[in-house]
Amino acid sequence: MAYIPHTDDERRAMLAAVGVRSLDDLYQSVPAAVRFPDLELPEAVSELEVMEELQALSEANLDARHTACFLGAGAYNHFIPSVVDHILRRGEFYTAYTPYQPEVSQGTLQAIFEYQSLICNLTGMDVSNASHYDGATALAEAAILAYNHHRGKRAKIVLSPGIHPHYRQTVRTYMQGMGLNLLGDAALGNDSAALAGLVDSDTLMVAVQYPDFFGRIEDFTALGKAAHAVGALLCVCVNPLALGLLKPPAEFDADVVVGDGQPLGIPMSFGGPSLGHFTVKKEFVRKMAGRLVGETVDGRGQRGFVLTLSTREQHIKREKATSNICTNVALMALASAVYLSAMGKQGMRQVAELCYHKAHYAAEQIGGLKDYTLWNRGDFFHEFAVRCPKPVADVNRFLLDECSILGGYDLGQDYPELKDHMLIAVTEMNSKEQIDDLVAGLKEVAHG
Amino acid sequence: MAEPLIYDLSVPGRPGVTLPASDVPAAGLPKGLVRQDLPLPELSELDVVRHFVRLSQLNHSIDTAFYPLGSCTMKYNPKVNEDAARLAGFAFSHPLQDPETAQGNLALMYSLQEWLCEIGGFAGISLQPAAGAHGELTGILIIRAYHTARGDAKRTKILIPNSAHGTNPATTAMSGLEVIELPSDERGNVDLAALRAACDDTVAGLMLTNPNTLGLFEEHVQEVVDQIHACGGLVYGDGANMNALLGVVRPGDLGIDVMHYNLHKTFSTPHGGGGPGSGPVGVCEKLVDFLPGPIVEVIEAGDEDEAPLFGLVMPDQSIGRVKAFHGHFGMLVRAYTYIRMQGKAGMRAISDHAVLNANYLRVRLRGTYHIPYDRICMHEFVAEGRWAEAPDIRALDVAKRLMDFGFHPPTNYFPLIVHEALMIEPTESESKQVLDAFAEVMLKIAEEARTNPDVLHSAPHVTPVGRLDEVKAAKDLVLCCRPADLGEPAKKG
Amino acid sequence: MEFPKDLKYTTSDEWVRVDGKTATIGISDYAQSQLSDIVFVEVTAAVGETLDQGKAFASVESVKAASEIYMPLKGKVVVVNDELPGTPELMNSDPYGKAWMVRVEIADPGQVAGLMDAAAYAKHCDERSH
Repeated sequence: MAYIPHTDDERRAMLAAVGVRSLDDLYQSVPAAVRFPDLELPEAVSELEVMEELQALSEANLDARHTACFLGAGAYNHFIPSVVDHILRRGEFYTAYTPYQPEVSQGTLQAIFEYQSLICNLTGMDVSNASHYDGATALAEAAILAYNHHRGKRAKIVLSPGIHPHYRQTVRTYMQGMGLNLLGDAALGNDSAALAGLVDSDTLMVAVQYPDFFGRIEDFTALGKAAHAVGALLCVCVNPLALGLLKPPAEFDADVVVGDGQPLGIPMSFGGPSLGHFTVKKEFVRKMAGRLVGETVDGRGQRGFVLTLSTREQHIKREKATSNICTNVALMALASAVYLSAMGKQGMRQVAELCYHKAHYAAEQIGGLKDYTLWNRGDFFHEFAVRCPKPVADVNRFLLDECSILGGYDLGQDYPELKDHMLIAVTEMNSKEQIDDLVAGLKEVAHG
Repeated sequence: MAEPLIYDLSVPGRPGVTLPASDVPAAGLPKGLVRQDLPLPELSELDVVRHFVRLSQLNHSIDTAFYPLGSCTMKYNPKVNEDAARLAGFAFSHPLQDPETAQGNLALMYSLQEWLCEIGGFAGISLQPAAGAHGELTGILIIRAYHTARGDAKRTKILIPNSAHGTNPATTAMSGLEVIELPSDERGNVDLAALRAACDDTVAGLMLTNPNTLGLFEEHVQEVVDQIHACGGLVYGDGANMNALLGVVRPGDLGIDVMHYNLHKTFSTPHGGGGPGSGPVGVCEKLVDFLPGPIVEVIEAGDEDEAPLFGLVMPDQSIGRVKAFHGHFGMLVRAYTYIRMQGKAGMRAISDHAVLNANYLRVRLRGTYHIPYDRICMHEFVAEGRWAEAPDIRALDVAKRLMDFGFHPPTNYFPLIVHEALMIEPTESESKQVLDAFAEVMLKIAEEARTNPDVLHSAPHVTPVGRLDEVKAAKDLVLCCRPADLGEPAKKG
Repeated sequence: MEFPKDLKYTTSDEWVRVDGKTATIGISDYAQSQLSDIVFVEVTAAVGETLDQGKAFASVESVKAASEIYMPLKGKVVVVNDELPGTPELMNSDPYGKAWMVRVEIADPGQVAGLMDAAAYAKHCDERSH
């Protein structure tokens, strides 16, 4: 029995101490009719055998380490410095619990305080919490914050169609019990001016993405003004890696900035775990959900860190809590703190620029192909959409079979107006050679 | 000596990680959208390593010593799980790549779906929820959607026992439903009379933790479930305490309609200092269509020569996604690995030894610590950290003193219905040796409470920091720091 | 524990000082001792707003607990104590004096009679202590 240390003698001694004859006797209060079911599970295997099995399963996938990857759409193939995983593999970090007993948890607490600081400094916002599950749930929590901020008196949320489809779906799932009106994202053409037009005195929040799902970037200052004019909050979902280059959303006067931190040193891992970051202007700190680490001192005057403002949380306020969230993703927050520290000021600027320049090179080359049209107008970061001469699924099949390339995302799945449009992401992991191969492959499939 | 903050270690110009130079022509940068400054630290790789290694050494962890936190299930986190999750085909696969190129991942998820259904007695399951609380929200939204689909708009109430974890009422409020609190009887069970009185056609359901937060198996669980069903409601099971039930009883067989698992408790995935977790939600037959999606299904059956083709499918009346992509896949790999290594017999062995260990500690501590519900417990039990002869000593003082002996304290002040509660859950990972050492120290501390209470009041003494000023933390609210060169060494949050 | 005799009290631990048509409201010594170190006070009611008896008009937080504060009687808010948010510790040190929270115009004078006097409130507190 794996990981169970008891010897027969110990078991006997313990049963005697407890005063029962057998292990079965421990379960008197379980109804006899349904007790001790015969579970249909496979027999146990050893570590050697399970690793063989898992190796086979792993190899039954393609992955971005072995195949050139141009797929983004919310999860990105980035370089992860070796130090990140070495720190994450320290048992003192990953086998520790939530730091409710601060005297024996200063490692976790200080790491999270540093994460909070790094994210604040990256986004320009005042306060960060200790993380949410991912960008989608962070956006949902932003909606809840805005709803509570208006004390349930407003019922409208304006969402940009440029927000990741999964994020918008998640917000709708979370808010389904609250009788709200979520609008703005049904029309792909709703730009910032159109969204500003939808804002009125019943609006609790306007949300946009930066860069958006299509890679587009713009200044949201005017939209922020329109929202604030009627007391609505401006929420911006960001790609934090892009902030190595781009103006931080605090400069648009955003009230809440959320996003997904997977690009910051976290492997894609088929979509999870990732990292939802959540930052606010200081006036919203008490309305913010999630754990918060604060600085203080002990009896000897030594600096230490504790979970603070716990009264917002479920274990105290129960049904009046700001949210039900209990677990965050502390280990992923640690990963991003190590990543940002290791990359530093220079490295973050460099990686963001590499993504930017390589994506623009790719866009220029593909846009120059006769049968492909670049859909994006205006500035973009590291993703762009192109109209393909054939269905995206067919193009991707060709790229995979003939060029060993994982092609981009089929936008027609989420935006009916974008049938045959492919969303291509380029990162520092794509060499010029890979990009040129992609261009050559796209050219060839047009003629097949 | 406090470990400096990462910003304190920063020196302008210090080289960190380098990347290859750009191999493409530079494009013009976007006008007006480039940032002026980037307030991130600059450290060498060695600085980063030393800093975070030293931080790690300030933590108590399962890998260092006993961690009897009630309701958290701090069992051993197998190292093979960590290797498994890092295999390239898992770690570097993209969630949106063509399912035909991710058949290994989908096969793994499908097996895990099947096994968790089998273990819990459920007809369907979603692996998407990211944690227990997330699973709870999912479950309550499913219950709500079920009634709405039947055209029953009257059911706006959720019944919750007063011993419940705070996430239960918080989840209910988030779902737009009303919390009705139920008292517990003198044996710590749900009060049946109060339950009967509260059951009517405005009740959407009941949230039940079984074993409950006192570590006790609900003595009338069948009556409780039947009562809710009789008035047309559904039962949500909080699966946090599954470590006592593996191979012992399946919640589905008791009539639980929907339940979340905590993979980071029962199925050994690591707690990580507070996550990531994973909270799959299992349901009975009539709720299968409401699960969040997508879930993994067999698209084309296989045969002796070919594996089945797996795909991702959205259930017909799904409540919708509860997060982006498919769930915490990295944690699913770890749980899969664990279940394969435990196998059929291992499930029962886990619960047997978790329950045996808890009862053993209970009988060693009884008499010295008051145990309000002193009968055979499940995988955890609650003791009181107070004595009439030591009126100034509280559970908090016992907890802090335990740290001086290298133990992490048990859960404090939960459940709310026990005064000065100490909730102790040893898990099956611990040997009799460890349990005896812990019991000895607990007995010693009880003695100190009478003879030398000051040593408890001033504890802990040997930890990196002493008791911290939580009032100052909440009042001053220093929640982040900025680099000194911005002119603000510490910013008030 | 102090229970000034010139004040009226509620079961939810608010005190009221009646001065003709105005009432001044705060939380009692018992309340502050239950909460312990208070770190945050927010009066959510606005000047000019009329609130019914029993409606929450403020929230108070300590490190371990959070509490809503309820109107002991129906009234229109005329003054809010602006000093309180900056010095929440006053609620612990001077609950009946400097830590008054709001002053209201009493809308229904009949409600005053329904409040507890100091003796009744002291007994109520005594019964609750375990």
